[in-house]
Amino acid sequence: MPDNADLECRAISKSFDDFQAVKEVSFDVPPGTFFSILGPSGCGKTTLLRMIAGFQAPSGGDLLIKGKSMLNVPPNKRPVSMVFQHLALFPMMSIGANVGFGLRQRGVNKVDIKKQVERVLERVGLGGVADRPVDSLSGGQKQRVAIARCMVLEPDVLLLDEPLGALDLKLREHMKIELKKLQSEFNTTFVYITHDQSEALVMSDQIAVMNHGVFEQVGTARELYYHPTTAFVAGFVGEANKYQAKVQVAGAGSLQLLTRDGVALQGVDAGEGLKEGDMTQVFVRPEAVRLSRRQEDIGNLGNTGNGTVESVLFNGANSQLILRDSATGSEMSVALPQTSEFRDLSKGDPIFFGWEPDQTRCYRQAAG
Amino acid sequence: MASDKSRLGLILLMAPLAIWLMTLIVLPHVGMFLVSLQEKVGIRQYETSLANYAVFFNEPLYWNTFARTAYMSITATVLTLLIGFPVAYYIAKLTRGRTKTTLFLMCLIPFWVSELVRTFGWMILLRETGVLSSFLQYIGVLAGPVEFLYNDAAIMTGLVYTSMLFMVVPLVTTLDSLDDSLIEAGYDLGGSSFSILREIVIPHAMPGIVSGCIVVFMLSLGNYLTPILLGGKDSLWFTGLIYDQFITRFNWELGSAFGFLLLGLSSLIVFLALKLSGQSLGKTMGR
Repeated sequence: MPDNADLECRAISKSFDDFQAVKEVSFDVPPGTFFSILGPSGCGKTTLLRMIAGFQAPSGGDLLIKGKSMLNVPPNKRPVSMVFQHLALFPMMSIGANVGFGLRQRGVNKVDIKKQVERVLERVGLGGVADRPVDSLSGGQKQRVAIARCMVLEPDVLLLDEPLGALDLKLREHMKIELKKLQSEFNTTFVYITHDQSEALVMSDQIAVMNHGVFEQVGTARELYYHPTTAFVAGFVGEANKYQAKVQVAGAGSLQLLTRDGVALQGVDAGEGLKEGDMTQVFVRPEAVRLSRRQEDIGNLGNTGNGTVESVLFNGANSQLILRDSATGSEMSVALPQTSEFRDLSKGDPIFFGWEPDQTRCYRQAAG
Repeated sequence: MASDKSRLGLILLMAPLAIWLMTLIVLPHVGMFLVSLQEKVGIRQYETSLANYAVFFNEPLYWNTFARTAYMSITATVLTLLIGFPVAYYIAKLTRGRTKTTLFLMCLIPFWVSELVRTFGWMILLRETGVLSSFLQYIGVLAGPVEFLYNDAAIMTGLVYTSMLFMVVPLVTTLDSLDDSLIEAGYDLGGSSFSILREIVIPHAMPGIVSGCIVVFMLSLGNYLTPILLGGKDSLWFTGLIYDQFITRFNWELGSAFGFLLLGLSSLIVFLALKLSGQSLGKTMGR
């Protein structure tokens, strides 16, 4: 454990009556990191964030900020600030009064407050709006005011509770880049929770994938995407085609599998120590699958098959092809390269496909 | 044609309201106003003058009674607000679901009984041989029976009790609409409970506070039963004076003038209070 971590959780837990929302989660966030907690709704990420902010007391474990335990520190005394899901700007105050609220509570004199408020508003690109009412701002500007209101206090850790959820898609894409920029500008540790994987993948230095109250995996966006260590992460981060298969032969690093539909596949063990006869879940990314109109082109790939085009989901560079495997009759989604070769593909066309065994990650099938 | 039809519809829709306003509010007041301008100069002889209004300003008893009524009503309003606010905050913010409904209902239940019965209830509690006096004698605090009725404190108790609902309901409604995350954000930014109350909760609840205060003040000022029953003969309540003029003295002219003065002066007090607190009626009612 590094001593200089801004935020450190040691086996932190939270139970409500008969339900354990957070189960002994441990992690640490080095200074200046953009740390995201990614998980489906109900996974306990909000509870975890509220414990860090101090609105909920952990039932067990310890929470340290800059090496000091925060267990008995009330939320208004913690060196963390939070950007709320719906921002929680005070509608009864002007923008300047909103941003200056925290400084007023600290008893900073009026002249300094005015100066600091103006400076932080300029840093988020909103100079000269201090006297205007909050309602006069657009969604993205409100977002920046909410961040300015926290950053003016120079917190050790800034917590963000899905703040982009209420914005429309275009603005959300824009704010992702802006948030990342603001984070590197202020050089403050951000802890960001979201259920939107693209937000987490784009912005974060480190991502923790959370499910049922535990961290499934912590790592960089690339690690999570290319080397997911659990079946949940493989399925939750990014798209994937899923199969169920039984291990026929377990060799050194490579596996011979037989799917339920009787198709032989080759795959790799994702670190689960799979043995002969184990039931596994197999994940294949849509962009790992190569397409061709001729069988020879894909003949040298480990796993091959043929089928017919079921539908083409055109979305520019993110277009997808849904094909139906002739051998099994099951559907498979494949990233469709926007080259002239496949531009005229239409429903019912025959197609060959294949992918490498090392793009075929296998996880132990959960019992039951 | 269509516009004619919709116009007719509008007229028909507004008719009950217009009739109600005219017959029950405007007409009686016009009548009262005309009566108040009549000065009795002999048997069945009247002249138009402002003499009845002059009586009010020239006779210190009337003047003082009004001032006392207004002062007591303002005190009752402030007390109701001070007691009602924490109750409303507790109901609106600290309870959920069934508890909330139950508590809200418990505030409401006393108002299913008539005001007269409720006031008699207080008399049973506070009179010389009543529950409070007997209990204090029983536990040895008092040596002999004490009369708790017929003083200003008894009137105040009754007024606050009678008005509580009208303060709690608008406050619960406005506090309910306050987003919990605003309060959390206040704490998160380093605010103390007091500064959050002052800077966030009270500004948000201001429309509820203002409308609650106006209703409670007007109700207290115009209350007749509670001051008379709990305050006794010496209660000196302005509505009591009006009642006396109309019923005991048969002096309808002076009674009408008093009625109008009550209306005018109470409106003036509300107006001044709104000005002092920097609120406007439109802002309060509009939200």
